[in-house]
Amino acid sequence: MNFELTEEQILLRDMVRDFAEKEIAPQIGAFEDSHLFPAEIIRKLADLGLLGMTIPSEYEGIRTDYLSFILALEELSRISPSVCLIVSVHTSLFSKSILEFGTPALKQKYLPRAARGEILGAFSLTEPGAGSDATSLKTKAAKKGQEYILNGTKSWVTAGSEADAILVFAQTERPEGPAKLSAFIVEKNFPGFKVARIEEKMGLHSSLTAEIALEDCRVPAENLLGEEGRGARIAFHLLDGSRIGIAAQAVGLSQQALELAVRYAKQREAFGRPISEFQAIQFMLADIATLVEAARLLTYRAADCYDRGLPYGKEAAMAKLFASEAASKVATHALQIHGGYGYSKEYEIERIYRDTRVLSIYEGTSEIQRLVIARNLLKDS
Amino acid sequence: MDILVFVKRVPDTESRIRVSHETNTVVEEGLNFIISPYDEYALEEALRIKESKGGKVTAVSVGKEDALTILRKCLAMGADEAALIKDPLEETYDGLRTARIIAGFVKKKFPQARLLLFGKQSVGADNAQVPSMLAELLDLPQVNVVVRLELEEDRGVAYREIEGAQEKVAFPLPAVISAQKGLNEPRYETLKGIMAAKRKEIPIIPIEEIGIAAEDLAPRVAVTRLEIPPARRAGRVTSGPAEETARQLVEFLHREAKVI
Repeated sequence: MNFELTEEQILLRDMVRDFAEKEIAPQIGAFEDSHLFPAEIIRKLADLGLLGMTIPSEYEGIRTDYLSFILALEELSRISPSVCLIVSVHTSLFSKSILEFGTPALKQKYLPRAARGEILGAFSLTEPGAGSDATSLKTKAAKKGQEYILNGTKSWVTAGSEADAILVFAQTERPEGPAKLSAFIVEKNFPGFKVARIEEKMGLHSSLTAEIALEDCRVPAENLLGEEGRGARIAFHLLDGSRIGIAAQAVGLSQQALELAVRYAKQREAFGRPISEFQAIQFMLADIATLVEAARLLTYRAADCYDRGLPYGKEAAMAKLFASEAASKVATHALQIHGGYGYSKEYEIERIYRDTRVLSIYEGTSEIQRLVIARNLLKDS
Repeated sequence: MDILVFVKRVPDTESRIRVSHETNTVVEEGLNFIISPYDEYALEEALRIKESKGGKVTAVSVGKEDALTILRKCLAMGADEAALIKDPLEETYDGLRTARIIAGFVKKKFPQARLLLFGKQSVGADNAQVPSMLAELLDLPQVNVVVRLELEEDRGVAYREIEGAQEKVAFPLPAVISAQKGLNEPRYETLKGIMAAKRKEIPIIPIEEIGIAAEDLAPRVAVTRLEIPPARRAGRVTSGPAEETARQLVEFLHREAKVI
């Protein structure tokens, strides 16, 4: 067992940390407050190569080991979980789906541009009436000549209004048996594609979550990803990997909450001394730090399984479950340490508290993670 | 153009420094180490010169093997090569000793170097001695604390900030230049740079190979004591009408601070 990061992993982590502190931190507050998409920041991340971290060099990306990728997401999230989420969806859901399931033509069509950041990708599984129950989607795809015609409403699409292309899941009819899920790459300029509205959310304001309306949306048949009817397998496979990214997002947010809580506890005085000298505060800090470290280790361990080619579905679910729920506890304690100021928008912990809440909901709720873990356990024995 | 950039591994300026009084050294445990920030300006300038005029950039550090990390960062930022001159000693605070080591290295390994770039000083020791001493040892022209640099084939012009004005210095190449904040904005390493840096070998040159006399390798600076500066006391704010606060201020300066 070895808990040391390699020299390159440290170099990458420190570079992203440095970039996030100097280039993202001074600006992101304004984007969050005004619900604006941080396009310029995403472009700079593309220049550094961070949008191509899951794409191999033959498609102009620079694919790193998964742990390096996870470290980068953690550092982005420490300063901006919105930016982290946009990058995570583009790399570990959109780009990775085409790399693993796309035809050579589809890869050529999208991956080099995705790696360079010339196009931004998104992912769309959820619908107004289908979240955890992903196989009960209502959106239909009917083949007509050399096209599929898509009809339906997709919801909770991260960066959906900004993305150039979206991995969309829809039901394809079969002559025999019930309809089955299929996956399509849908571009925003395909006829019949419309951004219906932007959700007003509790947090992650600058990640712009959209509802998409598909009205006789015409998608070229070549944009079918994988075979017809294999959509569920594609979705679940992708989510297994991207969950490690959400765990990293939770760790980054928790780390920042910890740092803010420590700093505040040392500065704030009550009853004639810094509140950090009170055991009640010290115990909260100790609990926070322990949760952060445990979440981080589970997350790195899941990424390590991925890198070693070992099964990682259960490990990813455990990391996502634990890290997301830990983040909520960490944020609650950290805000408590800030007292009344923690409830003020002037302090960063207020935003962190709101941002953490969704972590145990999206990309598989905590309940779904427990199902995944339990199924793995029962299958093994 | 062959460019050498000299970089030093120093404690992060944001770290809390602790001192060991037994050894008279800075306690390294728990400290984060970085490339000295002024050295980053020097490296960035070297990379820009290479990009506009061609050439080769080599990053060099004198120190123990833990300095390899900052050399790796230089490679990731775009340096073509890196080398470590391995010095078994801890921080000596002896600028002349370091300048002699570097002079020996340049003569032996890089006699063709046209530009020797430094940060104006390393944060930590902050002596700002090595660039000037090296220039003297190699009998090269030098310009220090440079905020703008323009180069031609065999000469250059450097601008440095002096009290209330900017000084323009013309010099022939090869030359020694030390960089000040403002010279440029250092780039971030790219992912591509990091992956390329991973594959590059960094030669480690033992100090004995440079051929410096043993007496010149013995530090001539003895550190007798290291102290953390006392914490600054909080300021005092007076309030009230102007005549009253002025009276209070004069009273304070006279009776307590005893400066008037």
